[in-house]
Amino acid sequence: MQSEQASPTAVAGLERVFKVENTSYYYGSNMAVRGVNLEIPGNKITAFIGPSGCGKSTVLRCFNRLNDLIPSAHIKGRITYHGVDLYSKAVDPTELRRRIGMVFQKPNPFPKSIYDNVAFGARINGYQGDMDELVEKSLRSSALWDEVKDKLKESGLSLSGGQQQRLCIARAIAVEPEVILMDEPCSALDPISTLKIEDLMQQLKENYTIIIVTHNMQQASRVSDRTAFYNAEPTESGGKVGYLVEYDETQVIFSNPKETYTRDYVSGRFG
Amino acid sequence: MTDSVFPSPAAGDSTRSDRWKPNRSLSKLSQRSVVILFGAFAMVSVATTIGIISTLLFETIEFFLEVSPLHFFTATRWTALFANPSFGVIVLLCGTFLTSFIGLLLAIPLGLLAAVCLSEYAPRNLRAVLKPALELLAGIPTVVFGYFALLMVTPFLQNIVPGLSVFNSLSAGIVLGFAILPTIASLSEDAIFAVPQSLRQGCYALGATKRETVTGVVLPAALSGIVSSIILGVARAVGETMIVTLAAGQSPTLTLDPRVSVQTMTSFIVQVTKGDAPYGSIEFKTLFAVGMTLFVITLLLNILSFWFVRKFQEKYE
Ligand SMILES: Nc1ncnc2c1ncn2[C@@H]1O[C@H](COP(=O)(O)OP(=O)(O)O)[C@@H](O)[C@H]1O
Ligand SMILES: [Mg+2]
Repeated sequence: MQSEQASPTAVAGLERVFKVENTSYYYGSNMAVRGVNLEIPGNKITAFIGPSGCGKSTVLRCFNRLNDLIPSAHIKGRITYHGVDLYSKAVDPTELRRRIGMVFQKPNPFPKSIYDNVAFGARINGYQGDMDELVEKSLRSSALWDEVKDKLKESGLSLSGGQQQRLCIARAIAVEPEVILMDEPCSALDPISTLKIEDLMQQLKENYTIIIVTHNMQQASRVSDRTAFYNAEPTESGGKVGYLVEYDETQVIFSNPKETYTRDYVSGRFG
Repeated sequence: MTDSVFPSPAAGDSTRSDRWKPNRSLSKLSQRSVVILFGAFAMVSVATTIGIISTLLFETIEFFLEVSPLHFFTATRWTALFANPSFGVIVLLCGTFLTSFIGLLLAIPLGLLAAVCLSEYAPRNLRAVLKPALELLAGIPTVVFGYFALLMVTPFLQNIVPGLSVFNSLSAGIVLGFAILPTIASLSEDAIFAVPQSLRQGCYALGATKRETVTGVVLPAALSGIVSSIILGVARAVGETMIVTLAAGQSPTLTLDPRVSVQTMTSFIVQVTKGDAPYGSIEFKTLFAVGMTLFVITLLLNILSFWFVRKFQEKYE
Protein backbone atom coordinates (compact mmCIF):
# COMPACT_ATOMS: atom_id res chain seq x y z
CA MET A 1 0.00 0.00 0.00
CA GLN A 2 1.34 3.34 -1.03
CA SER A 3 0.74 5.98 1.58
CA GLU A 4 0.19 9.57 0.62
CA GLN A 5 3.29 11.68 0.32
CA ALA A 6 3.32 13.88 3.42
CA SER A 7 2.58 17.39 2.31
CA PRO A 8 5.16 20.06 3.01
CA THR A 9 4.31 20.84 6.55
CA ALA A 10 4.76 24.51 7.13
CA VAL A 11 5.26 25.99 10.55
CA ALA A 12 2.89 28.90 10.30
CA GLY A 13 3.59 31.83 12.56
CA LEU A 14 6.95 30.56 13.80
CA GLU A 15 10.47 31.41 12.73
CA ARG A 16 11.52 28.78 10.22
CA VAL A 17 15.07 27.51 10.79
CA PHE A 18 15.28 24.60 8.38
CA LYS A 19 13.22 23.82 5.34
CA VAL A 20 13.57 20.35 3.86
CA GLU A 21 12.22 20.11 0.34
CA ASN A 22 11.66 16.83 -1.41
CA THR A 23 14.89 15.39 -0.02
CA SER A 24 16.08 11.85 -0.61
CA TYR A 25 19.27 10.37 0.79
CA TYR A 26 21.43 7.63 -0.68
CA TYR A 27 24.16 5.39 0.67
CA GLY A 28 25.90 4.37 -2.52
CA SER A 29 23.05 3.37 -4.80
CA ASN A 30 20.75 2.45 -1.91
CA MET A 31 18.07 4.99 -1.20
CA ALA A 32 17.75 5.25 2.59
CA VAL A 33 15.01 7.91 2.80
CA ARG A 34 12.86 9.34 0.07
CA GLY A 35 11.01 12.56 -0.54
CA VAL A 36 11.08 14.22 2.85
CA ASN A 37 9.35 17.60 3.16
CA LEU A 38 9.30 19.41 6.47
CA GLU A 39 10.11 22.64 8.22
CA ILE A 40 11.78 23.01 11.59
CA PRO A 41 10.61 25.93 13.75
CA GLY A 42 13.03 27.98 15.85
CA ASN A 43 13.24 27.67 19.66
CA LYS A 44 11.08 24.58 19.68
CA ILE A 45 11.80 20.92 20.22
CA THR A 46 11.06 18.79 17.20
CA ALA A 47 11.05 15.01 17.69
CA PHE A 48 11.70 12.39 15.02
CA ILE A 49 10.08 9.06 15.85
CA GLY A 50 9.62 5.83 13.95
CA PRO A 51 10.79 2.22 13.84
CA SER A 52 14.55 1.70 13.62
CA GLY A 53 16.12 1.81 10.19
CA CYS A 54 13.57 4.25 8.80
CA GLY A 55 16.13 7.01 8.32
CA LYS A 56 15.67 9.29 11.34
CA SER A 57 19.40 9.55 11.99
CA THR A 58 20.08 9.94 8.30
CA VAL A 59 17.80 12.97 8.04
CA LEU A 60 19.17 14.40 11.30
CA ARG A 61 22.74 14.14 10.03
CA CYS A 62 21.79 16.03 6.89
CA PHE A 63 21.28 19.16 8.97
CA ASN A 64 24.96 19.37 9.99
CA ARG A 65 26.24 17.50 6.95
CA LEU A 66 27.86 14.89 9.14
CA ASN A 67 27.02 12.27 6.53
CA ASP A 68 29.52 14.01 4.25
CA LEU A 69 32.13 11.90 6.04
CA ILE A 70 30.76 8.76 4.39
CA PRO A 71 32.34 8.80 0.94
CA SER A 72 29.54 7.15 -1.02
CA ALA A 73 26.65 9.01 0.64
CA HIS A 74 24.84 11.75 -1.22
CA ILE A 75 21.70 13.82 -1.10
CA LYS A 76 19.04 14.70 -3.65
CA GLY A 77 16.72 17.57 -2.95
CA ARG A 78 17.17 20.76 -1.02
CA ILE A 79 17.63 21.69 2.60
CA THR A 80 17.81 25.35 3.49
CA TYR A 81 18.99 26.89 6.74
CA HIS A 82 17.55 30.39 7.13
CA GLY A 83 17.02 30.33 3.40
CA VAL A 84 20.59 29.30 2.52
CA ASP A 85 21.02 26.04 0.65
CA LEU A 86 23.01 23.82 3.04
CA TYR A 87 24.56 21.78 0.27
CA SER A 88 25.61 24.64 -1.98
CA LYS A 89 29.28 25.09 -2.82
CA ALA A 90 29.48 28.31 -0.82
CA VAL A 91 28.75 26.53 2.47
CA ASP A 92 31.74 25.40 4.50
CA PRO A 93 30.60 22.31 6.45
CA THR A 94 33.12 23.11 9.17
CA GLU A 95 31.58 26.49 9.82
CA LEU A 96 28.09 25.02 9.54
CA ARG A 97 28.86 22.42 12.19
CA ARG A 98 29.88 25.09 14.66
CA ARG A 99 26.43 26.63 14.29
CA ILE A 100 24.60 23.32 14.43
CA GLY A 101 25.76 21.24 17.37
CA MET A 102 25.17 17.55 17.88
CA VAL A 103 24.79 15.12 20.76
CA PHE A 104 25.17 11.43 20.01
CA GLN A 105 23.49 8.23 21.04
CA LYS A 106 26.33 7.04 23.22
CA PRO A 107 28.14 9.67 25.29
CA ASN A 108 31.47 10.29 23.52
CA PRO A 109 33.54 12.65 25.68
CA PHE A 110 37.09 13.19 24.47
CA PRO A 111 39.91 11.57 26.45
CA LYS A 112 40.71 14.95 27.98
CA SER A 113 39.94 16.73 31.21
CA ILE A 114 36.40 17.92 31.85
CA TYR A 115 37.58 21.48 31.32
CA ASP A 116 39.32 20.69 28.04
CA ASN A 117 36.34 18.74 26.77
CA VAL A 118 34.30 21.92 26.98
CA ALA A 119 37.07 24.29 25.87
CA PHE A 120 38.25 22.20 22.90
CA GLY A 121 35.58 23.28 20.43
CA ALA A 122 35.92 26.91 21.46
CA ARG A 123 39.69 26.81 21.01
CA ILE A 124 39.65 25.34 17.52
CA ASN A 125 36.96 27.76 16.45
CA GLY A 126 39.04 30.73 17.60
CA TYR A 127 36.96 31.85 20.58
CA GLN A 128 38.21 35.26 21.68
CA GLY A 129 36.52 35.66 25.07
CA ASP A 130 37.43 34.43 28.54
CA MET A 131 37.76 30.65 28.44
CA ASP A 132 37.14 29.98 32.15
CA GLU A 133 33.94 31.96 31.95
CA LEU A 134 32.78 30.09 28.85
CA VAL A 135 33.50 26.70 30.41
CA GLU A 136 31.61 27.61 33.57
CA LYS A 137 28.68 29.03 31.63
CA SER A 138 28.42 25.97 29.40
CA LEU A 139 28.64 23.56 32.30
CA ARG A 140 25.99 25.56 34.17
CA SER A 141 23.65 25.50 31.18
CA SER A 142 24.03 21.77 30.93
CA ALA A 143 23.25 21.40 34.64
CA LEU A 144 26.60 19.79 35.35
CA TRP A 145 28.55 22.60 37.01
CA ASP A 146 27.70 21.78 40.62
CA GLU A 147 28.73 18.16 40.14
CA VAL A 148 32.08 18.85 38.50
CA LYS A 149 33.24 22.29 39.62
CA ASP A 150 35.79 20.81 42.03
CA LYS A 151 37.25 18.34 39.56
CA LEU A 152 37.56 20.16 36.27
CA LYS A 153 41.03 18.69 35.79
CA GLU A 154 39.81 15.11 35.97
CA SER A 155 39.21 13.08 32.84
CA GLY A 156 35.81 13.39 31.20
CA LEU A 157 35.76 9.60 31.05
CA SER A 158 35.71 9.40 34.84
CA LEU A 159 32.12 10.68 34.94
CA SER A 160 28.98 8.51 35.00
CA GLY A 161 27.09 7.90 31.76
CA GLY A 162 24.48 10.57 32.45
CA GLN A 163 27.14 13.09 33.46
CA GLN A 164 29.15 12.25 30.34
CA GLN A 165 26.12 12.96 28.19
CA ARG A 166 25.59 16.31 29.91
CA LEU A 167 29.30 17.01 29.38
CA CYS A 168 28.73 16.34 25.67
CA ILE A 169 25.83 18.80 25.76
CA ALA A 170 28.08 21.37 27.48
CA ARG A 171 30.71 20.76 24.82
CA ALA A 172 28.12 21.38 22.10
CA ILE A 173 26.79 24.51 23.81
CA ALA A 174 30.27 25.94 24.31
CA VAL A 175 30.65 26.80 20.63
CA GLU A 176 27.42 28.82 20.82
CA PRO A 177 25.39 26.98 18.20
CA GLU A 178 21.89 27.93 17.17
CA VAL A 179 20.61 24.40 16.74
CA ILE A 180 21.31 21.26 18.74
CA LEU A 181 20.73 17.91 17.07
CA MET A 182 20.26 14.99 19.44
CA ASP A 183 20.35 11.42 18.18
CA GLU A 184 18.69 9.23 20.82
CA PRO A 185 20.61 11.07 23.56
CA CYS A 186 19.07 9.06 26.40
CA SER A 187 19.06 5.57 24.97
CA ALA A 188 22.22 4.61 26.87
CA LEU A 189 21.12 6.25 30.13
CA ASP A 190 19.17 5.21 33.21
CA PRO A 191 15.72 6.74 33.89
CA ILE A 192 16.97 9.33 36.36
CA SER A 193 19.70 10.63 34.05
CA THR A 194 17.11 10.61 31.26
CA LEU A 195 14.79 12.84 33.27
CA LYS A 196 17.66 15.23 33.96
CA ILE A 197 18.40 15.52 30.26
CA GLU A 198 14.72 16.02 29.46
CA ASP A 199 14.47 18.84 32.03
CA LEU A 200 17.60 20.32 30.58
CA MET A 201 16.10 20.29 27.09
CA GLN A 202 13.17 22.35 28.31
CA GLN A 203 15.61 24.99 29.60
CA LEU A 204 17.75 24.87 26.49
CA LYS A 205 14.87 25.49 24.14
CA GLU A 206 14.74 29.12 25.35
CA ASN A 207 17.97 29.70 23.48
CA TYR A 208 18.31 26.86 21.03
CA THR A 209 16.37 25.04 18.39
CA ILE A 210 16.42 21.35 19.22
CA ILE A 211 15.79 18.35 17.01
CA ILE A 212 15.74 15.04 18.84
CA VAL A 213 15.58 11.53 17.47
CA THR A 214 14.04 9.15 19.94
CA HIS A 215 12.62 5.65 19.85
CA ASN A 216 10.89 6.35 23.12
CA MET A 217 7.41 7.63 22.35
CA GLN A 218 6.75 8.74 25.92
CA GLN A 219 9.85 10.86 25.65
CA ALA A 220 8.69 12.41 22.39
CA SER A 221 5.30 13.23 23.84
CA ARG A 222 6.83 14.59 27.07
CA VAL A 223 9.45 16.88 25.61
CA SER A 224 8.63 17.86 22.06
CA ASP A 225 6.48 20.56 20.54
CA ARG A 226 6.28 18.99 17.12
CA THR A 227 6.73 15.40 16.06
CA ALA A 228 7.64 13.84 12.74
CA PHE A 229 6.76 10.18 12.32
CA TYR A 230 8.83 8.19 9.84
CA ASN A 231 8.21 4.71 8.59
CA ALA A 232 10.01 2.31 6.29
CA GLU A 233 8.53 0.36 3.45
CA PRO A 234 9.98 -2.44 1.36
CA THR A 235 11.36 -1.55 -2.04
CA GLU A 236 11.13 -3.61 -5.22
CA SER A 237 14.80 -4.52 -5.00
CA GLY A 238 14.27 -6.16 -1.61
CA GLY A 239 15.67 -3.39 0.59
CA LYS A 240 13.66 -0.83 2.44
CA VAL A 241 13.35 2.88 2.24
CA GLY A 242 12.25 5.34 4.89
CA TYR A 243 9.78 8.15 4.37
CA LEU A 244 8.05 10.78 6.41
CA VAL A 245 4.53 9.66 7.20
CA GLU A 246 3.20 12.56 9.17
CA TYR A 247 4.47 15.73 10.78
CA ASP A 248 2.43 17.88 13.09
CA GLU A 249 2.05 19.31 16.58
CA THR A 250 3.09 16.59 19.02
CA GLN A 251 -0.28 16.64 20.68
CA VAL A 252 -2.02 16.04 17.33
CA ILE A 253 0.34 13.18 16.43
CA PHE A 254 -0.31 11.44 19.72
CA SER A 255 -4.03 12.09 20.12
CA ASN A 256 -5.48 12.63 16.71
CA PRO A 257 -3.16 11.62 13.86
CA LYS A 258 -4.40 11.71 10.30
CA GLU A 259 -2.62 8.57 9.13
CA THR A 260 -3.50 5.07 10.24
CA TYR A 261 0.20 4.13 10.36
CA THR A 262 0.86 6.91 12.84
CA ARG A 263 -2.13 5.93 14.94
CA ASP A 264 -0.97 2.31 15.03
CA TYR A 265 2.58 3.26 15.88
CA VAL A 266 1.84 5.74 18.68
CA SER A 267 -0.66 3.37 20.20
CA GLY A 268 2.04 0.69 20.24
CA ARG A 269 0.43 -1.61 17.71
CA PHE A 270 3.57 -2.00 15.65
CA GLY A 271 7.19 -0.91 15.61
CA MET B 1 21.21 -40.48 34.89
CA THR B 2 19.50 -37.79 36.95
CA ASP B 3 22.07 -36.38 39.34
CA SER B 4 20.48 -32.94 39.36
CA VAL B 5 20.14 -31.27 42.72
CA PHE B 6 16.94 -29.57 41.63
CA PRO B 7 13.64 -31.28 42.29
CA SER B 8 12.05 -32.87 39.26
CA PRO B 9 9.14 -30.95 37.78
CA ALA B 10 5.58 -31.56 38.79
CA ALA B 11 3.97 -34.86 37.82
CA GLY B 12 2.71 -35.02 34.30
CA ASP B 13 5.67 -32.97 33.22
CA SER B 14 8.12 -35.75 33.93
CA THR B 15 8.75 -36.47 30.25
CA ARG B 16 10.43 -33.11 29.97
CA SER B 17 13.52 -33.93 32.02
CA ASP B 18 14.08 -36.96 29.78
CA ARG B 19 14.80 -34.61 26.92
CA TRP B 20 17.79 -32.96 28.64
CA LYS B 21 20.69 -35.35 29.11
CA PRO B 22 24.03 -33.60 28.66
CA ASN B 23 26.72 -36.04 27.56
CA ARG B 24 29.44 -34.77 29.85
CA SER B 25 30.43 -37.86 31.83
CA LEU B 26 34.08 -37.46 30.82
CA SER B 27 34.17 -33.71 30.92
CA LYS B 28 35.44 -33.28 34.48
CA LEU B 29 38.37 -35.56 33.76
CA SER B 30 39.28 -33.97 30.42
CA GLN B 31 38.91 -30.55 31.97
CA ARG B 32 41.47 -31.44 34.61
CA SER B 33 43.96 -33.02 32.21
CA VAL B 34 43.79 -29.99 29.93
CA VAL B 35 44.58 -27.72 32.85
CA ILE B 36 47.55 -29.87 33.85
CA LEU B 37 48.87 -30.14 30.28
CA PHE B 38 48.67 -26.45 29.53
CA GLY B 39 49.97 -25.62 32.99
CA ALA B 40 53.04 -27.71 32.18
CA PHE B 41 53.62 -25.80 28.94
CA ALA B 42 53.32 -22.53 30.80
CA MET B 43 55.81 -23.76 33.39
CA VAL B 44 58.38 -24.52 30.68
CA SER B 45 58.54 -20.88 29.61
CA VAL B 46 58.65 -19.67 33.20
CA ALA B 47 61.43 -22.13 33.98
CA THR B 48 63.42 -21.08 30.90
CA THR B 49 63.19 -17.44 31.88
CA ILE B 50 64.28 -18.15 35.42
CA GLY B 51 67.15 -20.28 34.09
CA ILE B 52 68.41 -17.56 31.78
CA ILE B 53 68.17 -14.81 34.36
CA SER B 54 69.90 -16.85 37.05
CA THR B 55 72.75 -17.82 34.70
CA LEU B 56 73.16 -14.18 33.71
CA LEU B 57 73.09 -13.13 37.32
CA PHE B 58 75.50 -15.84 38.47
CA GLU B 59 78.12 -15.15 35.79
CA THR B 60 77.74 -11.40 36.23
CA ILE B 61 78.49 -11.75 39.93
CA GLU B 62 81.55 -13.83 39.02
CA PHE B 63 82.60 -11.03 36.69
CA PHE B 64 82.26 -8.37 39.36
CA LEU B 65 84.38 -10.45 41.72
CA GLU B 66 87.25 -9.83 39.30
CA VAL B 67 86.43 -6.36 37.96
CA SER B 68 85.15 -3.63 40.24
CA PRO B 69 81.75 -2.18 39.28
CA LEU B 70 83.28 1.27 39.63
CA HIS B 71 85.80 0.45 36.92
CA PHE B 72 83.09 -1.18 34.76
CA PHE B 73 80.86 1.88 34.81
CA THR B 74 83.44 4.69 34.81
CA ALA B 75 86.46 3.58 32.77
CA THR B 76 86.58 5.11 29.31
CA ARG B 77 88.36 2.35 27.43
CA TRP B 78 87.01 -1.04 26.39
CA THR B 79 89.82 -3.47 25.65
CA ALA B 80 88.29 -6.62 27.08
CA LEU B 81 89.99 -8.99 24.67
CA PHE B 82 93.51 -7.61 25.02
CA ALA B 83 96.33 -8.64 27.28
CA ASN B 84 95.97 -5.76 29.69
CA PRO B 85 92.19 -5.37 29.61
CA SER B 86 90.12 -2.35 30.52
CA PHE B 87 86.36 -2.76 30.95
CA GLY B 88 84.74 0.61 30.44
CA VAL B 89 81.25 -0.44 29.38
CA ILE B 90 80.50 3.24 28.69
CA VAL B 91 82.28 2.74 25.36
CA LEU B 92 79.87 0.01 24.27
CA LEU B 93 76.90 1.90 25.69
CA CYS B 94 77.99 4.89 23.66
CA GLY B 95 78.12 2.81 20.46
CA THR B 96 74.66 1.40 21.17
CA PHE B 97 73.36 4.85 21.99
CA LEU B 98 74.77 6.40 18.82
CA THR B 99 73.40 3.83 16.37
CA SER B 100 70.04 3.65 18.17
CA PHE B 101 69.76 7.42 18.32
CA ILE B 102 70.34 7.82 14.59
CA GLY B 103 67.93 4.99 13.85
CA LEU B 104 65.20 6.35 16.10
CA LEU B 105 65.67 9.87 14.79
CA LEU B 106 64.57 8.42 11.49
CA ALA B 107 62.12 5.74 12.55
CA ILE B 108 59.99 7.65 15.05
CA PRO B 109 58.91 10.60 12.88
CA LEU B 110 58.62 8.56 9.70
CA GLY B 111 56.85 5.71 11.49
CA LEU B 112 54.31 8.02 13.10
CA LEU B 113 53.73 9.88 9.86
CA ALA B 114 53.18 6.60 8.05
CA ALA B 115 50.79 5.46 10.77
CA VAL B 116 48.72 8.65 10.62
CA CYS B 117 48.60 8.66 6.83
CA LEU B 118 47.67 5.02 6.66
CA SER B 119 44.85 5.11 9.19
CA GLU B 120 43.47 8.60 8.67
CA TYR B 121 44.21 9.67 5.13
CA ALA B 122 44.69 6.63 2.93
CA PRO B 123 41.57 5.22 1.26
CA ARG B 124 40.38 1.98 2.83
CA ASN B 125 41.46 -0.24 -0.05
CA LEU B 126 44.95 1.29 -0.18
CA ARG B 127 45.29 0.64 3.54
CA ALA B 128 44.25 -2.95 2.97
CA VAL B 129 47.29 -3.36 0.70
CA LEU B 130 49.85 -1.20 2.50
CA LYS B 131 49.29 -2.51 6.01
CA PRO B 132 50.22 -6.14 5.22
CA ALA B 133 53.13 -4.86 3.10
CA LEU B 134 54.40 -2.92 6.10
CA GLU B 135 54.13 -5.98 8.31
CA LEU B 136 55.98 -8.00 5.71
CA LEU B 137 58.78 -5.46 5.81
CA ALA B 138 59.00 -6.00 9.57
CA GLY B 139 59.66 -9.66 8.87
CA ILE B 140 62.77 -9.21 6.71
CA PRO B 141 65.75 -10.82 8.50
CA THR B 142 68.00 -8.09 9.84
CA VAL B 143 71.08 -9.73 8.39
CA VAL B 144 69.71 -8.69 5.00
CA PHE B 145 69.44 -5.13 6.24
CA GLY B 146 73.00 -5.40 7.55
CA TYR B 147 74.50 -6.39 4.20
CA PHE B 148 72.36 -3.76 2.53
CA ALA B 149 73.87 -1.15 4.85
CA LEU B 150 77.43 -2.31 4.29
CA LEU B 151 77.30 -2.89 0.55
CA MET B 152 74.82 -0.28 -0.68
CA VAL B 153 74.22 2.49 1.84
CA THR B 154 77.79 3.04 2.99
CA PRO B 155 79.28 3.33 -0.54
CA PHE B 156 76.46 5.71 -1.45
CA LEU B 157 76.95 7.81 1.67
CA GLN B 158 80.71 7.95 1.07
CA ASN B 159 79.96 10.10 -1.96
CA ILE B 160 78.14 12.62 0.20
CA VAL B 161 79.77 12.53 3.62
CA PRO B 162 83.50 13.30 3.59
CA GLY B 163 85.67 11.08 5.75
CA LEU B 164 83.11 8.29 6.12
CA SER B 165 84.88 5.07 6.91
CA VAL B 166 83.79 1.66 5.65
CA PHE B 167 82.36 0.78 9.05
CA ASN B 168 80.42 3.64 10.57
CA SER B 169 77.46 4.29 12.83
CA LEU B 170 75.74 6.62 10.37
CA SER B 171 74.99 3.96 7.80
CA ALA B 172 74.21 1.38 10.49
CA GLY B 173 71.87 3.84 12.22
CA ILE B 174 70.01 4.79 9.06
CA VAL B 175 69.40 1.20 8.04
CA LEU B 176 68.55 0.29 11.63
CA GLY B 177 65.94 3.05 11.45
CA PHE B 178 64.36 1.49 8.38
CA ALA B 179 64.41 -1.91 10.04
CA ILE B 180 62.42 -0.74 13.07
CA LEU B 181 60.22 1.72 11.20
CA PRO B 182 57.59 -0.92 10.28
CA THR B 183 57.30 -1.97 13.93
CA ILE B 184 56.61 1.58 15.07
CA ALA B 185 54.37 2.37 12.12
CA SER B 186 52.34 -0.81 12.32
CA LEU B 187 51.76 -0.74 16.07
CA SER B 188 50.96 2.99 16.14
CA GLU B 189 48.61 2.48 13.24
CA ASP B 190 46.78 -0.20 15.21
CA ALA B 191 46.43 2.21 18.11
CA ILE B 192 45.22 5.08 15.92
CA PHE B 193 42.84 2.89 13.96
CA ALA B 194 41.34 1.59 17.19
CA VAL B 195 40.22 5.05 18.29
CA PRO B 196 36.42 4.82 18.23
CA GLN B 197 34.72 6.41 15.23
CA SER B 198 32.31 8.11 17.61
CA LEU B 199 35.15 10.28 18.95
CA ARG B 200 36.03 11.50 15.48
CA GLN B 201 32.39 12.26 14.74
CA GLY B 202 32.03 14.12 18.03
CA CYS B 203 34.99 16.25 17.04
CA TYR B 204 33.78 16.98 13.50
CA ALA B 205 30.38 17.88 14.94
CA LEU B 206 32.04 20.74 16.84
CA GLY B 207 33.23 22.26 13.59
CA ALA B 208 36.73 20.77 13.58
CA THR B 209 38.68 20.22 10.40
CA LYS B 210 40.31 16.90 9.62
CA ARG B 211 43.70 18.09 10.82
CA GLU B 212 42.23 19.41 14.08
CA THR B 213 40.44 16.12 14.61
CA VAL B 214 43.60 14.10 14.07
CA THR B 215 45.90 16.22 16.22
CA GLY B 216 43.34 17.29 18.82
CA VAL B 217 41.42 14.10 19.48
CA VAL B 218 42.64 11.03 17.61
CA LEU B 219 46.34 11.20 18.48
CA PRO B 220 45.78 12.04 22.18
CA ALA B 221 43.30 9.16 22.35
CA ALA B 222 45.86 6.79 20.85
CA LEU B 223 48.74 8.17 22.93
CA SER B 224 49.34 5.16 25.15
CA GLY B 225 49.51 2.83 22.15
CA ILE B 226 51.79 5.19 20.25
CA VAL B 227 54.18 5.62 23.16
CA SER B 228 54.40 1.90 23.78
CA SER B 229 55.13 1.33 20.09
CA ILE B 230 57.97 3.85 20.36
CA ILE B 231 59.34 2.21 23.49
CA LEU B 232 59.24 -1.13 21.73
CA GLY B 233 61.10 0.50 18.84
CA VAL B 234 63.76 1.77 21.26
CA ALA B 235 64.11 -1.68 22.77
CA ARG B 236 64.50 -3.21 19.31
CA ALA B 237 67.12 -0.62 18.35
CA VAL B 238 69.11 -1.26 21.51
CA GLY B 239 68.94 -5.02 21.10
CA GLU B 240 69.47 -5.08 17.32
CA THR B 241 72.55 -7.11 16.48
CA MET B 242 73.23 -8.02 12.86
CA ILE B 243 72.90 -4.58 11.30
CA VAL B 244 75.24 -2.90 13.73
CA THR B 245 77.71 -5.78 13.71
CA LEU B 246 77.96 -5.76 9.95
CA ALA B 247 77.78 -2.03 9.28
CA ALA B 248 79.23 -0.31 12.33
CA GLY B 249 82.20 -2.60 12.80
CA GLN B 250 84.02 -3.91 15.82
CA SER B 251 86.15 -1.04 17.11
CA PRO B 252 85.17 0.02 20.60
CA THR B 253 85.51 3.80 20.40
CA LEU B 254 84.16 6.38 22.80
CA THR B 255 82.87 8.87 20.26
CA LEU B 256 79.76 10.60 19.05
CA ASP B 257 81.19 11.00 15.55
CA PRO B 258 78.83 9.05 13.27
CA ARG B 259 81.47 8.66 10.55
CA VAL B 260 83.74 6.24 12.35
CA SER B 261 83.43 2.66 13.43
CA VAL B 262 82.00 1.88 16.87
CA GLN B 263 81.14 -1.27 18.74
CA THR B 264 77.78 -1.79 20.38
CA MET B 265 77.02 -4.11 23.28
CA THR B 266 75.42 -6.58 20.91
CA SER B 267 78.27 -6.61 18.40
CA PHE B 268 80.74 -7.17 21.24
CA ILE B 269 78.74 -10.24 22.25
CA VAL B 270 78.86 -11.47 18.65
CA GLN B 271 82.60 -10.90 18.52
CA VAL B 272 83.27 -12.90 21.68
CA THR B 273 80.98 -15.77 20.80
CA LYS B 274 82.54 -16.02 17.33
CA GLY B 275 85.96 -16.67 18.85
CA ASP B 276 86.23 -19.36 21.50
CA ALA B 277 86.17 -17.90 24.94
CA PRO B 278 87.11 -20.72 27.34
CA TYR B 279 84.55 -21.43 30.05
CA GLY B 280 85.39 -19.51 33.19
CA SER B 281 87.80 -17.09 31.53
CA ILE B 282 87.39 -13.36 31.99
CA GLU B 283 86.24 -12.95 28.35
CA PHE B 284 83.55 -15.49 29.04
CA LYS B 285 82.36 -13.63 32.11
CA THR B 286 82.49 -10.29 30.29
CA LEU B 287 79.95 -11.69 27.89
CA PHE B 288 77.48 -12.13 30.70
CA ALA B 289 78.19 -8.76 32.28
CA VAL B 290 77.46 -7.03 28.96
CA GLY B 291 74.45 -9.28 28.37
CA MET B 292 73.16 -8.38 31.82
CA THR B 293 73.54 -4.66 31.07
CA LEU B 294 71.59 -5.11 27.87
CA PHE B 295 68.95 -7.15 29.66
CA VAL B 296 68.50 -4.53 32.38
CA ILE B 297 68.11 -1.75 29.82
CA THR B 298 65.46 -3.63 27.83
CA LEU B 299 63.70 -4.67 31.03
CA LEU B 300 63.53 -1.06 32.17
CA LEU B 301 62.11 -0.04 28.81
CA ASN B 302 59.46 -2.73 29.07
CA ILE B 303 58.54 -1.65 32.58
CA LEU B 304 58.32 1.95 31.38
CA SER B 305 56.03 0.92 28.54
CA PHE B 306 53.87 -1.18 30.85
CA TRP B 307 53.58 1.66 33.34
CA PHE B 308 52.75 4.15 30.62
CA VAL B 309 49.99 2.04 29.13
CA ARG B 310 48.50 1.45 32.57
CA LYS B 311 48.57 5.12 33.41
CA PHE B 312 47.37 6.63 30.17
CA GLN B 313 45.22 4.01 28.54
CA GLU B 314 41.70 5.34 28.08
CA LYS B 315 38.83 3.01 28.72
CA TYR B 316 36.17 3.08 26.06
CA GLU B 317 33.16 0.85 26.03
N1 LIG C 1 26.86 4.56 6.97
C1 LIG C 1 25.89 3.90 6.33
N2 LIG C 1 26.18 3.20 5.20
C2 LIG C 1 25.23 2.52 4.54
N3 LIG C 1 23.94 2.47 4.91
C3 LIG C 1 23.57 3.15 6.01
C4 LIG C 1 24.54 3.90 6.77
N4 LIG C 1 23.90 4.48 7.83
C5 LIG C 1 22.59 4.10 7.71
N5 LIG C 1 22.41 3.31 6.63
C6 LIG C 1 21.12 2.72 6.20
O1 LIG C 1 20.17 3.73 6.08
C7 LIG C 1 18.92 3.33 6.62
C8 LIG C 1 18.46 4.33 7.65
O2 LIG C 1 19.33 4.28 8.76
P1 LIG C 1 19.25 5.28 9.97
O3 LIG C 1 19.16 6.66 9.44
O4 LIG C 1 20.38 5.00 10.88
O5 LIG C 1 17.87 4.86 10.64
P2 LIG C 1 17.30 5.17 12.10
O6 LIG C 1 18.15 6.21 12.74
O7 LIG C 1 15.90 5.62 11.86
O8 LIG C 1 17.32 3.88 12.84
C9 LIG C 1 19.11 1.94 7.18
O9 LIG C 1 18.56 1.02 6.28
C10 LIG C 1 20.61 1.76 7.26
O10 LIG C 1 20.96 0.45 6.96
MG1 LIG D 1 19.39 6.08 14.44
